[in-house]
Formats: sequence, C-alpha cells, structure tokens
Amino acid sequence: MNALLAATILAPLFCAAAGLVLRTQAPLRDSVTLLGLVTAAGSAIALLVGVARDGTHIVRVGDWSPELGIVLVADLFAVLVLPVALTIIVVVEIFAIGQRRTAWGANPELSGPLLCVLTAGVSLAFLTGDLFTLFVAFEIILVSSYVLLTHQGQRGQIRSGMTYVVMNLLASTLFLIGLAIVYTSTGTVNIALAADRIAELPSGIRLGIGAWFLIVFGTKAAIFPLFSWLPDSYPTAPTTITAVFAGLLTKIGIYAMIRFHSLTGMDELGPIMLILAAVTMIIGALGALAQSDVKRILSFHIISQIGYMLMGLGLFTEAGTAGAILFLVHHMPVKTVLFLVGGLIENDQGSSSLERHGGLATRRPLIAVFFAIPALSLAGMPPFSGFVAKFAVISAGIAEASTAVVVAALIAGALTLLSMTKIWVGVFWGQPSEPADGALHPVAPGNRTTMLAATGLAVVGTLAISLFAGTIFDLSQRAAEGLRNPAIYITEVTS
Amino acid sequence: MSISVLAIVGGLTSTGLYLITARSLSRIILGFSLLGHAAVLALLTAGGSPGAAPIAGRGDEISNPVPQALALTAIVISFGLTLFLLALAGREQTLTGDDLVEDDLEDRRVADGSVADDSVAGNVQ
Repeated sequence: MNALLAATILAPLFCAAAGLVLRTQAPLRDSVTLLGLVTAAGSAIALLVGVARDGTHIVRVGDWSPELGIVLVADLFAVLVLPVALTIIVVVEIFAIGQRRTAWGANPELSGPLLCVLTAGVSLAFLTGDLFTLFVAFEIILVSSYVLLTHQGQRGQIRSGMTYVVMNLLASTLFLIGLAIVYTSTGTVNIALAADRIAELPSGIRLGIGAWFLIVFGTKAAIFPLFSWLPDSYPTAPTTITAVFAGLLTKIGIYAMIRFHSLTGMDELGPIMLILAAVTMIIGALGALAQSDVKRILSFHIISQIGYMLMGLGLFTEAGTAGAILFLVHHMPVKTVLFLVGGLIENDQGSSSLERHGGLATRRPLIAVFFAIPALSLAGMPPFSGFVAKFAVISAGIAEASTAVVVAALIAGALTLLSMTKIWVGVFWGQPSEPADGALHPVAPGNRTTMLAATGLAVVGTLAISLFAGTIFDLSQRAAEGLRNPAIYITEVTS
Repeated sequence: MSISVLAIVGGLTSTGLYLITARSLSRIILGFSLLGHAAVLALLTAGGSPGAAPIAGRGDEISNPVPQALALTAIVISFGLTLFLLALAGREQTLTGDDLVEDDLEDRRVADGSVADDSVAGNVQ
C-alpha cells in the first residue's frame, strides 16, 4: 500500500523529468509520459480497492510525528476521487497524442511532461493530510497550469492567462495567510490535529477561519462571486489542456472545501454556502445561455455545476455530503468528454464558434453521439450519471427543507438543458456547411482515429459511472460518514 | 515586538492589495511581492516568541522551526512565480507594446448585446 501511495505521486514526477530530457524524440517521450500517467492511475485504482476493503491507509513521510511531518492519508473520500481524476488525464493524453500533429494541438515538447507534473500535484492534493502540503500541491498544479495555458504565447492566451495567474496568485497568498492564522490559533497545520483544536476555539475565530478558507478554496473552485477568471481563461487554451483544467482544477478546490469544512465542523457556515450555491448555479447557467461559442458555453457550465457540489456540502448532512461526492465523481469525466468533443468540432470545422457550423450530425454522426450522451448527463437526464448525482443532492436538500436552493437547482438544470440545446441546434442540426474561412487544418486519418478512440473511451467511462452508480453511491455514503464524524479521521491520523 | 511585526504585515498587505488593483502588470508584480512578504512575516509570527537559532541540541530556548520551514518553502514558490509573472509581462510588452491588462473581448460583445442577435441569425440560416 505504501508503494502504491508513493507511485501515484512519484511516478508521474519521474516520468515528467524523463519526458523533458527526451522531449525531441516524439515516440519515446509520448510513451514515457503515458507510462507515468498509467502507473499513477493504476496505483490509484488499486488504492481504491485496498482502502474500500481494509479501511484508511496512512503514510507518515520520514516517520515524523503528525505535529511536525507530512502525513499522506488515503481515506475513502480521497481514493474515490483520485482514480477518476487520474484516468481522465490518461484519456486526455491519448487524445493529445492524436491532436498534437494538428495546428490546434499544444506544443508536444512541453505539454506531455507538464501534464505529468500536474498529475503529481493532483495526487498530492487528494492524498495529503496536511494543510501546508495542500498549499504546495495547489502550487504544483497551478504552476504547471500557468505554463500549459500560456506556453503558445499567443495574444489571447497571454491576456487571459494574466487574469488566471493574478486571481490564483491572490488566492494562494490568502491561503498562506490563512495557514498563518491556523498555525497561530492551533499550533499545527495537520488537518486532523487542526480539526481537533479548531473545535475548541471561540466561535468567532473558528468561523473566521472557516470563512477565510471558504474564500480561498472558493476562488479555486470558481464559486459566485469569485468565478470571473474561469470563463475568461479556459477557452483560450488548446482543447486538451482546457479539458484537463475543466475536469479537475475547480474540482480540487471543492474537494479541499468538502474535506476542510466538514472535518472542522463549520456547520454554521451552511446557510451562507447554500445562498452562494444557489446564486452560482443560476449565474453559471444564465452565463452559458448568453454565449455563442461551444467552449465558452461549456466553461460557464463548470461554474453552474460547482454550485450543486457546494449545495451538497452546505447542507452539512451525511446525505448532502454523499451527494456532493457523487456529483464530484460524475462531473469530472463528463465535463472532460464535453471539452474533448469541443476539440473534435474545432478540428472538423476550424473553430468552436456556434455561428460557423451546421449539419455535423449528418456529416459526423459519431461526434454527435459523443456529444449527446455527456450533454444529457450534464443536464441531469435519466438514466445517465448526472441524473443520479443531481437526484442525490436535491433529495438531500428536500430532506433538510431547503426549498429555495432546491428550486434554484431545478431551474439551473432546465437552463443547462436549454444551452445544450443551443449547441445541438447550432452545431449538429441544419444544412452541412463548409468552414467559412477555409482555415481548415487537414487531420491525418490515424490521428483522427486516436482522438475519436480516446473520446469514445471517455464516453464509455461516463456510462460505466451511471451503470455502477449504486456501488459508487454506497462508497460516497461511507466516505461522507467518515467526513461527518471527524473523530474517526482524527484518531486514525494521530494514533 | 509582535505588535510592530503585525503592523508591518498590515502595511505590506494593504500596499500590496492597492498595487494589485492597478492595470499595469509591473505594478501587479510589485503588489504580489509585497503580499508575499506579508504572508511570510505572518507565518513567522505564528511561531510564537523568538529564541535562539533552531538547531538540534540547543535546549528549549530555540525559536519554533516549523513556521520557518513553511516560510522558506513559501519564499521559494513566490520567487518562482514572480519570475513567471515578469516573463508574462515581457511577452505582453512584445505583443502589444505595453503591459496593461486588456478587456475580455467576448465579455464586451455580450455586454453590448451584439452576440445574441448574431447567434439567432446563425441558427435561422
């Protein structure tokens, strides 16, 4: 188990280094990159099986006590989300290998190794049991994302990259000051020990810490009113990079929030979170309706969906937390697939703007199918995974009699469906049209097959999640139980 | 002593935040340097009262080493990011001739209301 835990973090890091050394030798570099990512994803799946059977596994790095050293905690919540996240990255890398040789692809010499670094950061963020290591993991993820976003150096990317970097840097600085506050008041940055001691602080300081970290993680997660950087920056990057960002980055913010605010028992912040969740859902869905570019519509949906997860957390009940976890597991692959399909559309049409397309359903029926399934899932239509996840969150809301936020969730669902219809009408229906400016970049058949295969694989993955929704929901409930009863987590980590 | 450090933290934070609201990237970078210093100082004060250098075997009168280790890590990270921001500013300078943060064109179009009409027209065709 120790080796598996280490492999999820170290394998991608080593392969990133090797990939950078081999960066000019395309086949070698790509295989090394894939090797690192697949090793990490495989270890994560093995961890899930192990932890579901034997319970939480803890590694004290260097055998230091939790007061001083870094603790890695593979509890059920972490290992439930980790394999999904790492598998997504593998799929995106396969897609990227196909896309690289086109003008829409990211620079292959950098993007593969950097994706590996990002993966290591993601694993560390999920597995750490220590707030400062969480900060470092965030920085690893952010630094690689800054470079991935801006490395092509085009004007739009630099402009939007600045917004992205400045917002995230500000959040990171606030995180650091938050760490100072936590250390001053509790004398530790270990989450378990801090959770234990924060519970005994005067309620003003306790809620101050909770609100501070709500702002910090809320900026990373793009909740209202801290979301403006997201729809601005995501659409400018190459598709494969946007797909990873959309699937993972904001979700890590919400993951940190679920972990920190549940374990420290910030139940009093619940009403504020519910209000923010309702506004986030509605604003995101309305924003999506106003856009006329596939990638921008999808970017606004990320914001709206974050609202559902925040709602699950804000209820501060076991059912609500379980719903939020299930939503997290469902949302990551679905969102990534939609962006990959956006990339396929872009390859085919020369742009992802709605105004240029038409008739893709007759010309490229496979792309239409690949879009329809995750789109319906995202909108929460049965029998797809989105329905199960939304049902779990909304029924938890009804159980708590939080009528307003439930109504907001239902309205946001309808608006999401409406904007998906807008993409469908604009891109897939109508007369087949040739690209307007003739800027079509020819794609070799082999590359197209790789990209379609990767997208197909991801679609099958989202279907598998709806198929095994029962099992995943049981696991989410067990994970939620652990989060709602901090005493268990605290004893496991400190004893 | 603690009050004076806290006053410095407050001063650095407010100056840093003021600079970040500027439109030119070079000021934003200066703002982040100041904010980074504020955060590191805050971490250092979190360690409690100062003592001798924290070397093993010096007894109980040493400063708390944990916040110092955290502060060192934070310094390294903020150093790297400052360089990255400078590179971004340099790139912006070569592309546009200055380092001002520009408006989002797509947002402007939505605000002007031109997009809604275009997309409707596009769908009807």
